[in-house]
Amino acid sequence: MSAFHLNYSEHSGPNKMNDDTSGFLGWCRRSLPKIVLAPSFVVTICFVYGFIIYTGYISTTASKMLPNSKFIGLTNYEKLWRTLNWQVALDNLAIFGILYITICGVLGLTLAILLDQKIRGEGFLRPIYLYPMALSFIVTGTAWKWFLNPGLGLEKTMHEWGWESFSFDWLVNSEMAIYTVVMAGVWQTSGFVMAMFLAGLRGVDNEQVKAAQLDGASSFQTYKRVIIPQLGPVFLSAFVVLSHMAIKAYDLVVALTGGGPGNATEVPATFMYSYTFTRNQMGVGAASAMIMLMTIAAIIVPYLYAETRGKRHE
Amino acid sequence: MSNIVQNSGVDSNRFWRVLIYTTLLVFALFYLLPLFVMLVTSFKSLDEIRQGNMMALPEVWTLEPWFKAWGSACIGLTCEGIHTYFWNTIKMVVPAVLIATILGALNGYVLTKWRFRGHRWVFGLMLFGCFIPFQIVLIPMSQVLGNLGIAGTTAGLVLVHVTYGIGFSTLFFRNYYEAFPTELVKSAMIDGAGFFGIFWRILLPSSGPIIVVTVIWLFTNIWNDFLFGASFNAGEGAPMMVALNNLVNSSTGVKEYNVDMAAAMIAALPTLFVYIVAGRYFVRGLMAGSVKG
Repeated sequence: MSAFHLNYSEHSGPNKMNDDTSGFLGWCRRSLPKIVLAPSFVVTICFVYGFIIYTGYISTTASKMLPNSKFIGLTNYEKLWRTLNWQVALDNLAIFGILYITICGVLGLTLAILLDQKIRGEGFLRPIYLYPMALSFIVTGTAWKWFLNPGLGLEKTMHEWGWESFSFDWLVNSEMAIYTVVMAGVWQTSGFVMAMFLAGLRGVDNEQVKAAQLDGASSFQTYKRVIIPQLGPVFLSAFVVLSHMAIKAYDLVVALTGGGPGNATEVPATFMYSYTFTRNQMGVGAASAMIMLMTIAAIIVPYLYAETRGKRHE
Repeated sequence: MSNIVQNSGVDSNRFWRVLIYTTLLVFALFYLLPLFVMLVTSFKSLDEIRQGNMMALPEVWTLEPWFKAWGSACIGLTCEGIHTYFWNTIKMVVPAVLIATILGALNGYVLTKWRFRGHRWVFGLMLFGCFIPFQIVLIPMSQVLGNLGIAGTTAGLVLVHVTYGIGFSTLFFRNYYEAFPTELVKSAMIDGAGFFGIFWRILLPSSGPIIVVTVIWLFTNIWNDFLFGASFNAGEGAPMMVALNNLVNSSTGVKEYNVDMAAAMIAALPTLFVYIVAGRYFVRGLMAGSVKG
């Protein structure tokens, strides 16, 4: 990687190879790489950063059903914070985020450690743990909605199998509905976390493990003292990926509970959508989108910065 | 990094092995169960669903729900099943994946072999675009699509998916080409090969794996998308996932769970198929998507 920097840093390149460096043609030839990159870059600047600025601008206007240029300062943000639905959405995001990240992490690490014990049939089990990741959240939501159906799903199955008193109505119980979203989310993503940890375990320094074993450490101690501490970067990646997915969670909630019963499973993403497009509160919707962006940026930007910096010094 | 368990005595060792295998199998069941239930439900009649056990195999296997889901189930005002939406999605996915992959390959090539002042910033800005919550672009995007006259069309969705797909495709190709020997590029340059010549003859022939990874990643993401479809093309031209959600969550008429499940299976099959055929590449994409280069 450092070779690139030595040979091609900054302005070297084709202009040294070709004699024709003057005039328009020469300029084109020298600039060809930038011309090729330009459309993607311009699109990103407009459709990502331009749009962020525009949404930020809308969040300070009195836009209702249509955009409106009347400037009202931070009124939409004040309104947002006084809206009960937004409070519910934030509470739900906290419950969902904490449980989703914790359970996926614990389950992923446990399965990875178990799979790393020279398991016969690992090649058979691993794809089974991971396949839900290939499904759409809409499909996952549909499947779990049926699986947990209070009348015909798990509850009825348990009754059929003789557990008459078994009752499971979380899907239609406003106190418990958010936990069904956690279940389906964990089902979909935990295999991916397992794969991340497994890759991390396979990269652990063998010498240190052997040394610990020679010292008489039990396998539990070896994991606790030698192996898991080396998985720091994997924990960080998993946390960033999962928290990012939790904040963006939209499809799963729509398909599984539709935000209900009532507003019991409202999350910021469903809040933003309904206030912007169905409740004609575009200014408030834009404000909620800005809050979502800032939350994700606070997690992602330091991470990306560290990742790309780290590579430079390799 | 294994064999650790085998330190202890033979008996307790065997006990642990049994426990480990049991746990692993129980979790395999946990992951398979919803798919299994979805599948068997899709082959049952409604009567059997109401009377029988969700986990039981169908007593009478029927393909009726699959035919109905494909060809005659009611979504919105039309009763033609999900097949039109299936084709809508194909028409959207194929061009979007192709364009985003080609652009990503060229971008990755420029950002590693033709570096210029500020290349790191350009890449960083494009990379962050992958991770924004898309709620932030919904309002301006719906206006831009309206102004361009492509709101509610497949072309509009292709534009949207290419726009937010090139960040990842650029990331994949950049990380891949970073490890490509620069000496080869340099000697081709001395031989007089140009920008595209080097790309075409030197880099592209060895890009097979990363092309597969990128195509699978983009295909899965775009096929499974719901938010953009629901926001910008929710009518007749809607993609598959929007139609599936409309079908399952419509409140009119008798709830036909078997048809819902068959439709969900049809929506899931393309990505499941890709996963079964090329799972290795799918996982590589996932890993690269979490920015571990």
